[in-house]
Amino acid sequence: MSQARTGGGPLTASRPRHGERAVLALLWLCAAVSVVTTVGIVIVLFGEAASMFRIPGVSVIEFFTDTAWRPFTDPSSEQFRIGVLPLLNSTLLITALAMLVAIPLGLGSAVYLSEYAPPRVRKTIKPALETLAGIPTVVLGFFALTFMTPLLRSVFGAENVPIFNAASAGIVVGILIVPTIASIAEDAMTAVPRMLREGAYGLGASKRHVALRVVFPAALSGIVAAVILGFGRAIGETLIVSLAAGNLPPADLPAVNPFQQVQTMTAYIVQAVGGESPRGSVTFQAIFAVGALLFVVTFAMNLLAQRFVRRFREEY
Amino acid sequence: MAISSPAKLSRQANDDLRSSPGRTAKESATHAVLLVSTAIAIAVLVVLAVDILSDGAGRLNLDFFTSYVSRFPEETGIRAGITGTLSLMVLVAITTFPLGVGAALYLEEFAPRNRFTRLLEVNINNLAGVPSVIYGLLGLSVFVYVIGFGRALISGGLTLTLLVLPIVIVSAREALRSVPREIRAGGLALGATPLQVAARQTLPAAMPGVLTGMILSLSRAIGETAPILVAGAIAFRRADNEPWHPFEAFTAIPIHIFDFVKRPQAEFQVEVAAAAIIVLMVLLLVMNSAAIVLRNRYSRI
Repeated sequence: MSQARTGGGPLTASRPRHGERAVLALLWLCAAVSVVTTVGIVIVLFGEAASMFRIPGVSVIEFFTDTAWRPFTDPSSEQFRIGVLPLLNSTLLITALAMLVAIPLGLGSAVYLSEYAPPRVRKTIKPALETLAGIPTVVLGFFALTFMTPLLRSVFGAENVPIFNAASAGIVVGILIVPTIASIAEDAMTAVPRMLREGAYGLGASKRHVALRVVFPAALSGIVAAVILGFGRAIGETLIVSLAAGNLPPADLPAVNPFQQVQTMTAYIVQAVGGESPRGSVTFQAIFAVGALLFVVTFAMNLLAQRFVRRFREEY
Repeated sequence: MAISSPAKLSRQANDDLRSSPGRTAKESATHAVLLVSTAIAIAVLVVLAVDILSDGAGRLNLDFFTSYVSRFPEETGIRAGITGTLSLMVLVAITTFPLGVGAALYLEEFAPRNRFTRLLEVNINNLAGVPSVIYGLLGLSVFVYVIGFGRALISGGLTLTLLVLPIVIVSAREALRSVPREIRAGGLALGATPLQVAARQTLPAAMPGVLTGMILSLSRAIGETAPILVAGAIAFRRADNEPWHPFEAFTAIPIHIFDFVKRPQAEFQVEVAAAAIIVLMVLLLVMNSAAIVLRNRYSRI
């Protein structure tokens, strides 16, 4: 950050520079766009969601407590149900499956890269992980549906595994967030001071002990942050789940069977946008209500992760 | 959780030292487990690449680039998606560059250290963690309906601009930060105003880094599907217009891929989709290589 400024006293500009002030104001405006974006997101999501709850027959309480999601008809119809729980359940099921894959793989890679890998191996693996992180999610959705699903069906039997299922999407979402978890956790472990490692070696600890009992616990807050960020990323994932997990909100809650068709919050948004429901209809406005919930959850995750990162920075 | 106490640690170490063969076995087992967990992610990458190439390579020919989508898998092509993706790139580039560089210059060179600046920084970090589909909802409401662009190229482009802006700002700030302080001090000592120093010394010196970040953000933008899918890209209908015009309907390569995978016929789901994926991945590869070349060339100086 530049500390150098034209100081006060006789060296300050003799006359006001209006042009410069205007340019500075313009730069300030550029920076302010980001705040406007955040404010815009909040206003749009909550404003449009509120307009849904003003439609007669749509209640906030039912939205959070009802166990069926059928916002496709007029609210006065018998069929109409607007409980977001099936979507939330689907999202959490997929996220849980993803974390089951991503936590061991991500943290395993992080420990390996930070404590075990020789520099040359590190130099090859890190860009490969970055490449994995850069693959568009629509491509991973294709991979889930045309590779992972047939694989699961041949292993567990086609009669047990439907074409659209939570497991296939969950596994691939897990693979998607491995690089996120690995790179943040690795940064945290690399930042652990050498002294701690050498002290442990001096006491006769083995490499495994140093890695798992000294460095890992010492980097724990950074590792927790990595996992939370991965979790947030998994919750907001859209394309993999729309393509591979299906579009059927589970009827029986809680839905825990990974081999069933589900519909996540994000998949509903994509489905409803692709349809022809007009603006102002419940079907359409519901995407914003679902979006608002998604935003709140991911935002909370990000804030939580930042707290852990900050705590980690304070330690070292 | 605290670090194991030295006493506990030495006890553990002693235990291990006593049973020497067991210790070696445990050591190599741990090493193997960690190596395998790293290898799995890399293996997936390889499997993915092989899978896509073997599915899609046979379907790639000149017609695939020059024809529009069709009901028939053997006639379909992604011409509209290619022009759409290129148009989106241009639109995102010309909007994010001034906005991102302006914001980075402000934050890095001029911002006073006050609460508003801190708010800006925290906010930019938070925006980078917002799911991309949420940006789609923002674009749908603001650009498509409130401003009234409709489901047009400009709505999708501006949505992507908002999405990648935090990334551009962060990378441009890093590039500005890496410019040696002496350059600024020299400029100021010669009587230049802070703004002149920023515009004529700092920013040009940081340009390779800024451009690298810009290219990487663009490659992120054109791979995104959810935001433009929500903010108005045509997915399910026939897309046979060339979406050069900012106020006309548009589609993009990722949207084509989504559409192909969604279709019931296996030829679309597998071969045609994989062929479109190859085109997208080659484009991304070219852009990322350009970014790397740029970074390496200038970091040597």
